[in-house]
Amino acid sequence: MRVRLAIVAAVLLGVVGAFAYAAGWLTRGLTPARFIDTFERVNGVPPPSGFRRNHAKGMCATGLFESNGKGVAISKAVVFEAGRVPVVARFALAGGRPFAADTPENVRSLAILFWLPDGEQWRTGMNDIPVFPVSSPEGFHDQLVASAADPRTGKPDPAKMAGFLAKHPESARAIDLIKHRAVSSGFHDDTYNSLDAFWFANAAGASVPVRWSMVPVQAFEPAGAAQPSEASKNQLFDALIARVRNGPLQWRLVATIGEPGDPTNDATLAWPESRAKVDLGTLSLDRVESEDDGPCRDINYDPLVLPAGIEPSDDPLLSARSATYSESFRRRAGETKLPSAVTAAEARR
Amino acid sequence: MNAGAKGTGQFTLPARVLHWVMAAMILAMLFIGVSMVASLASYHALLSIHRPLGIAILILVIVRFAVRLIGPLPPFLATLSARERRLATGSEYALYALMFALPLVGWAMLSAARLPIALWGTWHLPPILPHSAWVYALLREVHAILAYLLFATFLLHLSTVLFHILVKRDRLLRRMLPWKA
Repeated sequence: MRVRLAIVAAVLLGVVGAFAYAAGWLTRGLTPARFIDTFERVNGVPPPSGFRRNHAKGMCATGLFESNGKGVAISKAVVFEAGRVPVVARFALAGGRPFAADTPENVRSLAILFWLPDGEQWRTGMNDIPVFPVSSPEGFHDQLVASAADPRTGKPDPAKMAGFLAKHPESARAIDLIKHRAVSSGFHDDTYNSLDAFWFANAAGASVPVRWSMVPVQAFEPAGAAQPSEASKNQLFDALIARVRNGPLQWRLVATIGEPGDPTNDATLAWPESRAKVDLGTLSLDRVESEDDGPCRDINYDPLVLPAGIEPSDDPLLSARSATYSESFRRRAGETKLPSAVTAAEARR
Repeated sequence: MNAGAKGTGQFTLPARVLHWVMAAMILAMLFIGVSMVASLASYHALLSIHRPLGIAILILVIVRFAVRLIGPLPPFLATLSARERRLATGSEYALYALMFALPLVGWAMLSAARLPIALWGTWHLPPILPHSAWVYALLREVHAILAYLLFATFLLHLSTVLFHILVKRDRLLRRMLPWKA
């Protein structure tokens, strides 16, 4: 009798143990929740209520994407059939501080949700850097910890940063490229890159690796020398608001086609400049709004919300981005929304 | 041996098949769910299984409940007291309620986040709620709580059956075995 009861207990314990292991409760490995905890710790606890844990400062933009139909040759995604689809976009600054002052050299991002006519969606988050500084989620986490401000000096500890670069030579190379990029004057004349690779699959079943970019129609102007005393806290966003008031801002969506041997699993490595490029169409943004009353705040720009015809590559950052964005969204969705740095009045001015 | 499937003392064949197929699906689903939210590397791959599997469970539980309502039931074993019979029926309905609510809340929660409920290719489900972050946050919590409740109810179900097989040895399992026993 006792032996048989013990068997019942052992089976139950085994099932519960397997469940706890699957849930990550028995190990200290990096999980989406622990990743977002680190973002919060680095940027100051408690996190400002209701904001994204990264790319926290931003504003919404809306308009449409007009496909020229050329993309149909490489992808069966509905978005590439000739025609127009509405978009909800978001311009933002990298970093987890929603009230930080704008600086020209801060990495800028453009996230876009394309509403496709068949009910599918395409969400993408792009940055204005030539390559990503890390190749893996662990590398991202190491960089985040190393770049945290030392509580005594208020600045990152150079020794920790040096340790990170020694451990991640791929990041040392990528960060060097990023530092030497040409910084544009504002959001409007900036180029935004997917960085991660994806696969485009056409109707015939052929697949090609692709990285895409939003290339501005507005002429590039280099960022001027920073004048922190004169510059407003929201100088980049204010300039964007002023630009849009003068007419729609436009970007060409350009797909760069990878060739065999081009890395699809390492966003720190650029593909050769000689790769074929396909102009897929034009993004036009004719309206900007504050996050407070705009349509982008409650959107999670998960880079793996893809229409049929665009597929994830083996880049490990993609699944990790999807997982951590979801965790960040889960937390902020339930929080009281503090007013954004770029206010509704400012966006309408 | 009066009711039952033609007096065999077993559940009807469709009921037995649905029971074991869904048992495997639901157990897989609970493990996929709890491990995907803890995983960076496998999150997307697991989520891509989680959504269509959840919708398949939602469809099957409706079919199964209809089978449960229509089909004859085998009688309780004589070894079960009146209280145990009430407990058995109660936990059965709790399982049905959770099997139905979990995928429905999942669908509703994705709807509130305006995330597409992609099933296969371009095939996807329409949203069933308006876009609302706070509704998403609430339903996301409810989804997790219901999943833990379902796992707990499953454990209770498993331990009861094991107790009958190993300790009481009253051939309770026979009623649900997929083959004629």
